[in-house]
Amino acid sequence: MKQLRIFIRKEFAHVLRDRKTLLILFGMPVVQILIFGFALTNEVKNSKILVVDHARDIASQQLVAQIEASRYFEIEKTAWNQQQIERGFHEGQIKMAIVIPVNFGQELMHQNDVQVQLIADASDPNLATTLINYASSVIQDYQLQVNETTKIPYRIIPETRMLYNPQLKGAHNFVPGVMALVLMLVCVMMTAVSIVKEKEAGTMEILLVSPFKPILVILSKAIPYLLLSLVNVTSILLLSVFLLDLPVHGSIVLLFAESTLFIITCLSLGIFISVKTDSQQTAMLISLMGMLLPTILFSGFMFPIENMPVPLQILTNIIPAKWYYIIVKSIMIKGLGIASIWKETLILAGITVFLLVISIKSFKIRLA
Amino acid sequence: MKEAVIKTENLTKRFGDFIATNALTLEVYTGEIFGFLGANGAGKTTAMRMLCGLSIPSSGNATIAGYDVYRETERIKKNIGYMSQKFSLYEDLTVLENIRFFGGIYGLSDDEIARKSDALITQLGLQNEAKKLVSGLPLGWKQKLSFSVAVLHQPKIVFLDEPTGGVDPVTRRQFWNLIYDAAEKGVTVFVTTHYMDEAEYCNRVSIMVDGKIEALDTPHNLKKKFNAFSMDEVFYQLARGAQRAE
Repeated sequence: MKQLRIFIRKEFAHVLRDRKTLLILFGMPVVQILIFGFALTNEVKNSKILVVDHARDIASQQLVAQIEASRYFEIEKTAWNQQQIERGFHEGQIKMAIVIPVNFGQELMHQNDVQVQLIADASDPNLATTLINYASSVIQDYQLQVNETTKIPYRIIPETRMLYNPQLKGAHNFVPGVMALVLMLVCVMMTAVSIVKEKEAGTMEILLVSPFKPILVILSKAIPYLLLSLVNVTSILLLSVFLLDLPVHGSIVLLFAESTLFIITCLSLGIFISVKTDSQQTAMLISLMGMLLPTILFSGFMFPIENMPVPLQILTNIIPAKWYYIIVKSIMIKGLGIASIWKETLILAGITVFLLVISIKSFKIRLA
Repeated sequence: MKEAVIKTENLTKRFGDFIATNALTLEVYTGEIFGFLGANGAGKTTAMRMLCGLSIPSSGNATIAGYDVYRETERIKKNIGYMSQKFSLYEDLTVLENIRFFGGIYGLSDDEIARKSDALITQLGLQNEAKKLVSGLPLGWKQKLSFSVAVLHQPKIVFLDEPTGGVDPVTRRQFWNLIYDAAEKGVTVFVTTHYMDEAEYCNRVSIMVDGKIEALDTPHNLKKKFNAFSMDEVFYQLARGAQRAE
């Protein structure tokens, strides 16, 4: 026990003395949260649009005012003819144009049938669709206001509710993703590198010749990174609560328990890589390409799994980060308890046990 | 009658069809400096790993400090020290921290560690460097420190795997003085080297060729037997017939 303590203290000395490691360890979660929270966002805000108002009556001006008032759009300019719309798109100044016909107000009031044209730059199809949707909903809102005064008997008004995330905040999606990513990076890469480093330096041989048990070598490598990773989880959660206004709806204790499970998964992956490689560079490369990339691609964090071809969908099941991502989303955002995520937890635990067994086994084989 | 602290009998290690170490039989006595020579790929490292309890032999018998290499590896590990060519200290820890760490994993008590690290630092003249990182020390000092750390827990045998690789002759000479000191205190030294002048410093040497021991005697007797002026010549005569090379 005392030996273990001495060993763990040494591991902490390694980490705390290496500025680069420290920076990666504690800087990365902060940077990732900041980048994903403020720079990389799918949300559309203040898109420049062009308005061609042929009507210029009260109704059309109300509509334009309402569009401008929404945070999605910013009216770049108003134009009077078709050529100006085209020039706007060519020059890339605008993303969408709205054309309001002559007699807009009159037709709206008396004929019940008026058309507004929306033209979007579909060279970026996702953005175009999003803008059209936003614009349609603003127009619909306006229509409802008008209709309040002039009752029309038959109509269907779809009432939408965005569950768990009514404001459609992007942060809800990425915080669990960043957690999976950071833990994967810290645990897999750092453990793999720290063990391989000992192999390279020849100190591993000394440890193996000493009476210190190999299983304790693994354990004392893993424990510091487990603790440091929990610090990381805490800092990500603090950032998300206080900086991104994203509260944790579910149980914090459960969240930490599940995170610990996932950290152990990553640690065993790291140990496995370190057993199979002999240089720090290889270990780092395998961790980055072999672990990080699948995590980004197949965890469902960046790209929806539902849209993937079936073989890839099946493949995603072996990515531990996928399950962790689902679990964290359920706890943090939906506020669900263990009753709803026991299946995912069980799968993650299964993967962990499997990895742990093979990494400890292969560590022993190396000794024989 | 001298007491044998390392005793092997037909110790063999096979990797598939390849026989890395073939029927190794030797005895090393307490307090002896034993030179374990051989070209690269002759099977020295494999043999040494078996003797240290790191690798399980395919066949044959061996006892190290009286303990069996098959069943009592844990006991063996407590009674041996080991130092490799790489010096094997933590570069990002201080001199003192290294001593404490290795003392600690060998299960020395805090008092013992404190006492021994003081003595060691005084002996090596490292008073001013004790709190500095090992990475800043000159190679020769690292090597001496590494050796001292390997014998810190007073092992019966210390295994040195090419301990003087890449070091200048003056430092090598100083290093051998440390080895003599240890041997005088009764520590058995089992050393591999490629420097034949170092082989002359040993009490007895064995020369391994293609996994087998081809010669085992004092340097003096070996030179006589092979009608050679130096160990260099003896080694060359034996090793040039080798089939295996790295």
